[in-house]
Amino acid sequence: MTQRIYVPRDAAALSVGAHQVAQAVAREIAARGLDAELVRPGSRGLFWLEPLVEFDGPSGRVGFGPVRAEDVPSLFGDAPKAPSLGRVEDLPYLKSQQRVTFARCGIIDPLSLADYEVHGGLKGLRRALEIAPAEIVAAVIESGLRGRGGAGFPTGIKWRTVAAAEGAQKYIVCNADEGDSGTYADRMLMEGDPFLLIEGMAIAGLAVGATKGFVYIRSEYPHAFRRMAGAVETARAARLLGPDVLDSGREFDIELRLGAGAYICGEETSLLESLEGKRGQVRAKPPLPAIQGLFAKPTVVNNVLSFAAVPTVMAEGAAFYRDFGMGRSRGTMPIQLGGNVKRGGLIERAFGLTLREIVEDYGGGTATGRPVRAVQVGGPLGAYWPDALFDTAFDYEAFAAKGGMIGHGGVVVFDDTVDLARQARFALEFCAIESCGKCTPCRIGSTRGVETIDKILRGERIVENIDLVRDLCEVLRDGSLCALGGLTPIPVMSALEHFPEDFVRDAVAAA
Amino acid sequence: MRKPGKTLAPAPFDADEVRRLAEGLKALDGALLPILHAINDRFGHVDERAVPIVADVLNLTRAEVHGVLTFYHDFRRAPAPRHVVRLCRAEACQAMGADALHAELEKACRGGPVLVEAVYCLGNCALSPAALIDGKLYGRLDVAKVLELART
Ligand SMILES: Cc1cc2nc3c(=O)[nH]c(=O)nc-3n(C[C@H](O)[C@H](O)[C@H](O)COP(=O)(O)O)c2cc1C
Ligand code: SF4
Ligand code: FES
Repeated sequence: MTQRIYVPRDAAALSVGAHQVAQAVAREIAARGLDAELVRPGSRGLFWLEPLVEFDGPSGRVGFGPVRAEDVPSLFGDAPKAPSLGRVEDLPYLKSQQRVTFARCGIIDPLSLADYEVHGGLKGLRRALEIAPAEIVAAVIESGLRGRGGAGFPTGIKWRTVAAAEGAQKYIVCNADEGDSGTYADRMLMEGDPFLLIEGMAIAGLAVGATKGFVYIRSEYPHAFRRMAGAVETARAARLLGPDVLDSGREFDIELRLGAGAYICGEETSLLESLEGKRGQVRAKPPLPAIQGLFAKPTVVNNVLSFAAVPTVMAEGAAFYRDFGMGRSRGTMPIQLGGNVKRGGLIERAFGLTLREIVEDYGGGTATGRPVRAVQVGGPLGAYWPDALFDTAFDYEAFAAKGGMIGHGGVVVFDDTVDLARQARFALEFCAIESCGKCTPCRIGSTRGVETIDKILRGERIVENIDLVRDLCEVLRDGSLCALGGLTPIPVMSALEHFPEDFVRDAVAAA
Repeated sequence: MRKPGKTLAPAPFDADEVRRLAEGLKALDGALLPILHAINDRFGHVDERAVPIVADVLNLTRAEVHGVLTFYHDFRRAPAPRHVVRLCRAEACQAMGADALHAELEKACRGGPVLVEAVYCLGNCALSPAALIDGKLYGRLDVAKVLELART
């Protein structure tokens, strides 16, 4: 039997040389005249091991990584020069996970619909075609799935609103703007299992009566865009998309759109403006996008991971999905570990594990080997937390209770060289750079905040200026139309609360 | 809002080509962004003279087209130099020394053919510091690597 050898074509793997490794593998196969086939899956999300090369074997896939191109020939002999990992599925990092949404990512050929089906793909859509739209919505509500883009709104409830809204034309919009720093799960999924997103969006279309979907992909992800384009084309050719979805007589098609470099376009109403060809300025709500969304038509806007969870709910049942998790956070969460960490990667687990397990057990501490001092969870608007809060469970409510948020699931680790006053300054600077310009506190106040922190960093009237920053944060929190201005106070205030010493450090040094 | 790009030498402008690109995409819903992307890709920037043409094709005002063009960071208003390093300046990369890397790069590239720009997260946060160099993603970067990649 032909042996399969796997080298990821995920953008992150390619960013550290996977392409050169794949070329070397192909050369070796040819030179040795092997009966072997090179497969290019997405990534398993074990990024410290990339480029990771896997060989099909009698007992499963065995891996080597990280592999340098020049070490590839040795992998075919008795003395491999790259670290040998044994069975990849047995690596504790992977074995302890509950890969539901990412069950196929890194395993299958992302553009092979046949591979997708062999590994359970399309079961959810087939099921959805057999039942009434209202039953689909009911199952999604029952699953407890909450939006994975950040706000955590129940997905099924949103779908019910759109299903009930009047309108000959409705839209499904996938938010693939993934602007939060420290996050990359949407990217990995689009690159590693694009048909899953297509399937999830098609199910949404059936559920609410929408025949057209858009995926808005940030321009920083050119690779994901191309992969999705290939998948949509394949899906159309296979009549998974188009006027007659899987011979059901129902219509659903998808168009891809590229963002243009604006963080605010991840906010759903700004994203809709951008899709309409306008400046990405936030709209006041109401009306909700569910009632008047894209081109003023009823519109479902969901994150990539929200759509991608739905095929499992349909195929395995709402209870299967709901049985993962804790409290009101049901199902699994793809957590993305990054920054200064030894083992950064994707950790899909039921809600409820602690931040400490993520950072210490999975992450293995910092990459620099120095002590962990702070962790920011939930992107640029997330809180900076010290060790004292690491035993908090990864759960929407548990995080909120301590002034944080899980957001899109990004966890960024910093060692003890971090200066939290500078991080607070950056949060305000980022707000100033990315503000859509509609609200004065966000547009102007953020810049004032940067200037004020600069004064603190210079040791000028520290107490008064810290008070000023607090006041500014209050104005931002209360006077902003959306969460960019509204939540920028979170990283700033958490830095002040948990790391006050950093705001006097420079002054002390200067004295 | 982001600051506009640096002013650099003008590139050949082709009004017919701009019109052709715009006409080819105008049937799309919300066609303006795809059209501006197409022009930006084709010429490396969007020349001011493209604005009235696009406005005409889409039946929009010049002010509307101009407003969109200037809102988005991706659309260059002037030609880019030969090499562009879009270095991630966001938190995960900061945690791995991106600020220092940026300062060193600015110094090394001043006045040369390599433009260093800021970008906020490239989805490569487990392999920081990251950058898009001439459109290709790289991770685990240091100054020497960036300069080698940008100059080849
Ligand atoms: C400033 C800002 C940026 C956002 N960025 C994103 C993003 O990149 N991706 C995303 O899915 N949601 C983002 N959101 C949340 C969206 O507004 C919206 O809640 C989400 O797309 C809904 O989908 P979900 O319910 O599936 O999460 C952002 C919100 C704000 C305020
Ligand atoms: S808070 Fe900022 S980004 Fe949000 S709507 Fe207001 S100005 Fe725009
Ligand atoms: S923070 Fe730099 S790539 Fe994500």
